[in-house]
Amino acid sequence: MIVSQQESPEAFGARARAWIAANLPPGDGAAGLEVDDEHEAQIVAEARQLQKLIFEAGFAGIRFPAEYGGQGLTRAHQLAWREAAAGYRLPSAFNVTHGILAPTLLEFGTAEQKARHLPAMLSGDELWVQFLSEPGAGSDMAGLLTRAVRDGDRFLLNGSKIWSTGAHFSDYAMVLARTNPEMPKHAGLSMFYLPIRSPGVTVTPIKLVTGGSHFCQEFFDDVELPAASLIGAENDGWRVATGLLFHERNMVGANSLNDHVSVTTRGDGQADAGGEIVALAAALGRAGDPLTRQLIGEMLVLQALEDPAIARVNALMAAGRMPAQGAAIVKLLASLSQYRIKEIGLEIAGTSALAGPGDAAGVQGQRWLGARIGTIAGGSNEMQRNLISERVLGLPREAAPDRDVPFSQVLASRRAQG
Amino acid sequence: MDVDLTDEKRFLQETARKFLEQAAPVSALRQAALAGAPPLTREFWTQATGLGFAALLTPEHYGGAGTEQPLLDLVVVAGEMGRQLAPGPLLPVSVVTDALLAAGTPDQQRQYLPGLADGSRLITWAAGEPGEVWEPAQAQTTARRDGREFVLTGHKIAVEAADLADEFLVTARAAEGVAQFLIPRDQPGLEIRLQPRYDLARIFGDLDLREVRVPAEALVGEPGGIGAVLEHQYQLALCLQAAETAALLERIFEETISYLRTRYAFGRTLASYQALKHRIADHKLWLEAALGISTALTHALAAGDPGSARLASAAKAHIGDQAVTIISDCSQLFGGIAQTWEHDMHLYLRRATANKFVYGSPAQHRDRLCRLSGL
Repeated sequence: MIVSQQESPEAFGARARAWIAANLPPGDGAAGLEVDDEHEAQIVAEARQLQKLIFEAGFAGIRFPAEYGGQGLTRAHQLAWREAAAGYRLPSAFNVTHGILAPTLLEFGTAEQKARHLPAMLSGDELWVQFLSEPGAGSDMAGLLTRAVRDGDRFLLNGSKIWSTGAHFSDYAMVLARTNPEMPKHAGLSMFYLPIRSPGVTVTPIKLVTGGSHFCQEFFDDVELPAASLIGAENDGWRVATGLLFHERNMVGANSLNDHVSVTTRGDGQADAGGEIVALAAALGRAGDPLTRQLIGEMLVLQALEDPAIARVNALMAAGRMPAQGAAIVKLLASLSQYRIKEIGLEIAGTSALAGPGDAAGVQGQRWLGARIGTIAGGSNEMQRNLISERVLGLPREAAPDRDVPFSQVLASRRAQG
Repeated sequence: MDVDLTDEKRFLQETARKFLEQAAPVSALRQAALAGAPPLTREFWTQATGLGFAALLTPEHYGGAGTEQPLLDLVVVAGEMGRQLAPGPLLPVSVVTDALLAAGTPDQQRQYLPGLADGSRLITWAAGEPGEVWEPAQAQTTARRDGREFVLTGHKIAVEAADLADEFLVTARAAEGVAQFLIPRDQPGLEIRLQPRYDLARIFGDLDLREVRVPAEALVGEPGGIGAVLEHQYQLALCLQAAETAALLERIFEETISYLRTRYAFGRTLASYQALKHRIADHKLWLEAALGISTALTHALAAGDPGSARLASAAKAHIGDQAVTIISDCSQLFGGIAQTWEHDMHLYLRRATANKFVYGSPAQHRDRLCRLSGL
């Protein structure tokens, strides 16, 4: 599309505003991580319908190329959409698909893979998820054990993955597996994709501390992967995974290709949490209590910091004055802030937080129980601190005795250490 | 300050940096303190204003710079003064300029603005009161009307450049509401008590006003009718303080990292220890948040965005606390050498500590944020 023919962001925003008002349901305050399975299945079903509606109206994938079902527009158009969509219910079940997997496929997939799957992701037909972490490989993901062994023009996948978001209601997954154990750990990996309901795949939802099953564990038993399902070259999977993780860290920022991050709904409901806590303090008669006011003031400060920090880090990265790993600054800020806000919510609710998830105070007690999920998921705080100190500031990297050693020897040495 | 400065702003920044490095090196602060000499002289301020530092908010017909983005330019200079721990009452002079522009009579503007811009006149802002009262709307100093005159009684604290100011812009409560007055330093009934030097670059003073009699012409704006003007002055002060403090924090953070890279212990640089790297990563995060919110506040205030009040208090609460916390930890990371008089660390700590409390503490601004959010 020629730029001069492009609709202005303002006109696009106005058109989006009118369409949204007529077609999208009002937001109900994102429920976050404390929803139960039944509710979650319902949310996902509704998200698929909403996404289809948005796609058919020509608003899906605002920054994705038109040839793959997107709108081929700019960040300014996306921002206009996000502003117009504030306060409405959005298909946030597609956050991971649109914010992580679709951008990764766009970056590393073949033309055929992209043509086949990107339109389906944008139209609400395909929910994707990533299979990366393993029970024995979280922060040190390249130490993973799941193997894909070549057998002619196919691979056989065996092993287990964990912490995949909503795999039980998703359609496709990208999976990182070891294809050559005689190469050093990062070098012998390959990225594939597969239909989750393939023969040999077992998906087990994991019940979290809050009762819900947001995450899953998968088991692979001789799952057949055609060579055409490789994303990127064989044994070049770490590069793809690095790209994927970059998109994941970008999820909270304005750089994300995911459109469904609105001003009031950040996908995990935390922007709303602040308003709920202020209302709770008033409802509990604690609005005049100086200690409560200090805590709420602290929360308001944290909320005020986020957008300017994101804008600054993005500007620094865009100007080439900060490496792309600067996204770790935004991720760590969001993780620390949201953790602290959960602590504050709990503190203000006091004993009424113990009541269970039924009311505004009880929700604080439930959120607190799940507060560590956000400081681990998507890269733990400690990993973000490594990225910031080593990749952003250029401080010396941690020693890694398994670097440049064939992975089979690493395993042998692990066994020797007992 | 923006990440991408225009050529004009970059030039302004470089000019300020070069000038301050030469005319106000950090080492001079130590020498002045030991010699009992003032950190700020009118000669220095005349040189600084000669470069236009104090003329950025002033319209051209009053001798101002007349730039396109006055506040954004001013923030560039405030940041450089922060990095250099420079003396010079840029903040209070800017607030007084702002007050005169918003509420001064044409006569007052003609009389005062050119001198403030060229440094020949120095007027400072007396806003704080005992009990850590900093919001102008809460001033308790009284202004009683007596015919054509007002009689002021009360106390002001931590008035910057109280040693050199020709006049003070004093907030006080009149029958109609809060008012502000320009009071010459030798006005009968006004006693100035200079404080010992804590921030080595600045002399603060307390004012005692005992039945200080001023004519109605000393009023800047109508009593009770300048709520928005005073609020703007307050936010401007917080905006410049945020820019200055975030910039000095950035500098000491950079110097600390340089030190950690070169200092060896147990065969490794200090910068290679994960226990220290993770602390540094956290500091980097809160530093970028400080610089980010300072920029957001500047843009909101320049645009007249009503959200500027919340940003101003959030910036003060965050930067006020974090600057002191991070500099203190930088001091720990440097070790013993940073505990000496000869090391610059304490100069940064002094400045950040003073800035934490002047114009309201972080705790007070957290409370103000609650009020601004309807709680």
